[in-house]
Amino acid sequence: MTRSYSALSLFKEGLAGQTGWQPAWRSPEPKPSYDAIIIGGGGHGLATAYYLARNHNISRAAVMEKGWIGGGNTGRNTTVVRSNYYYPESVELYGLAHRLYEGLSKDLNYNIMLSQRGMVSLCHSTIEMEIGARTVNAMQISGIDAELFSPGDVRRVAPIYNFSPDGRFPVFGGVWQGRAGTARHDAVAWGYARAASRLGVDIIQNCEISDFIIEGGRCRGVQTTRGAIRAERIGMAVAGHSSVLAGKAGFRLPINSYALQACVSEPVKPILDTVVLSPGAGVYVSQSDKGEIVIGGGLDRIPSYAQRGNLPTLETVISGLLEMFPVFGQLKLMRQWAGIVDVVPDSSPIIGESPLPNLFLNCGWGTGGFKAIPAGGTLLANLLATGKHNDISRPFDLDRFASGRLIDEAAGSGIAH
Amino acid sequence: MQLFPCPFCGPRDETEFHYGGDAGNVRPDGAEVPIDRWAGYLYLRGNPKGTAREIWVHMSCGEFFVMERDTVTHKVLSSSALGGEHAP
Repeated sequence: MTRSYSALSLFKEGLAGQTGWQPAWRSPEPKPSYDAIIIGGGGHGLATAYYLARNHNISRAAVMEKGWIGGGNTGRNTTVVRSNYYYPESVELYGLAHRLYEGLSKDLNYNIMLSQRGMVSLCHSTIEMEIGARTVNAMQISGIDAELFSPGDVRRVAPIYNFSPDGRFPVFGGVWQGRAGTARHDAVAWGYARAASRLGVDIIQNCEISDFIIEGGRCRGVQTTRGAIRAERIGMAVAGHSSVLAGKAGFRLPINSYALQACVSEPVKPILDTVVLSPGAGVYVSQSDKGEIVIGGGLDRIPSYAQRGNLPTLETVISGLLEMFPVFGQLKLMRQWAGIVDVVPDSSPIIGESPLPNLFLNCGWGTGGFKAIPAGGTLLANLLATGKHNDISRPFDLDRFASGRLIDEAAGSGIAH
Repeated sequence: MQLFPCPFCGPRDETEFHYGGDAGNVRPDGAEVPIDRWAGYLYLRGNPKGTAREIWVHMSCGEFFVMERDTVTHKVLSSSALGGEHAP
């Protein structure tokens, strides 16, 4: 029986006719009670389960997923990993995620195909260059790698960009983060699931939460489509559906759910070896390892729980893309989809205990959840294990909305989400 | 392209409209408003999955109105001029 993935085990299994592979994770029946339950089997939920078992030795835990793991936003994003944020609180948070991503393949014994090909956020005017310089300074002071790119630097990393003098979005420079890149999104979910399962965590798919068990004003478990399951502490990491669960628990959140679209072209030979974001066009783009051009843009402007995009937004994104890269006009779009994202007024996540004691939140990542998966998991696991914040999660508590200590990254880093 | 019904102009392209927030979220009145009430008004949202009552603005004519929609199917159930709790 082959348990560990390596070149040697691959070779041995090749000789043995591939008969020794085991399912990557167990699919047990749910137990009547656990030390901790995590609602949501996306990247954040599975990472929480893994760090709960690894960092805190709590393996009597279960991940409850209403569909299949990684089938929500974890399977619907554009796979970009970066940490180019403005405020120190965000730098700590996304910096933690970025560092954990860099060691994740080895940590999980699962190749997440992290490709640190760099990302450039373009500046289209002298004013944007000043803001870009401010962002780079803030990142460098906080110890995050960043470089202010000249037009020549941008031309070097993205030579197929539309640099013509009459282009709609001329390049004055850009903010470069060399450690940014992409990772294989499914592998992140599957790798965390496999590693958590091997540490004893139960991964329960096709099990939807219908209600919370509330006794003495505290959350004591969940009612599911597969019966009642009790737990000491419950965490939720359900992205766009956070408000729905909050409604069942009896409170509201500062969240609006929107559809965020993405699309890919047919696969072509390597033509773009970095991630390019144009705030002017409202588009970011990279090329996947398979050769598809992966295209993302802004939110659909209509609050929605439909996991599909509206045509006007797609039109805006594609026309922006063609301004940036006229050569892509020859491509055919292969797939287009949307995920439901939980948008918070200050574009920063909510991590902490909910108004219902014993129920903990990991939500509000908006359009930027994928890059933060290792940090979201680490911090929710810490909350579930100790019941307390650490220094990184404390600023992101729900109480910031009453106190007014918002962390406004929409204004700070100028990144739309 | 979806058509939204403006109560004043009739059916128009969705791109002419802008979402304004929950209907029924009325600004607290008076000098002494508790912090939680203010935070609730400013930030907390119903964000329903299914039928929603929302404030929208038709940017072409500049009028605000109430639209009832299904947030899963995107079907519009009704649209009407502001009244009741949002009476100008």
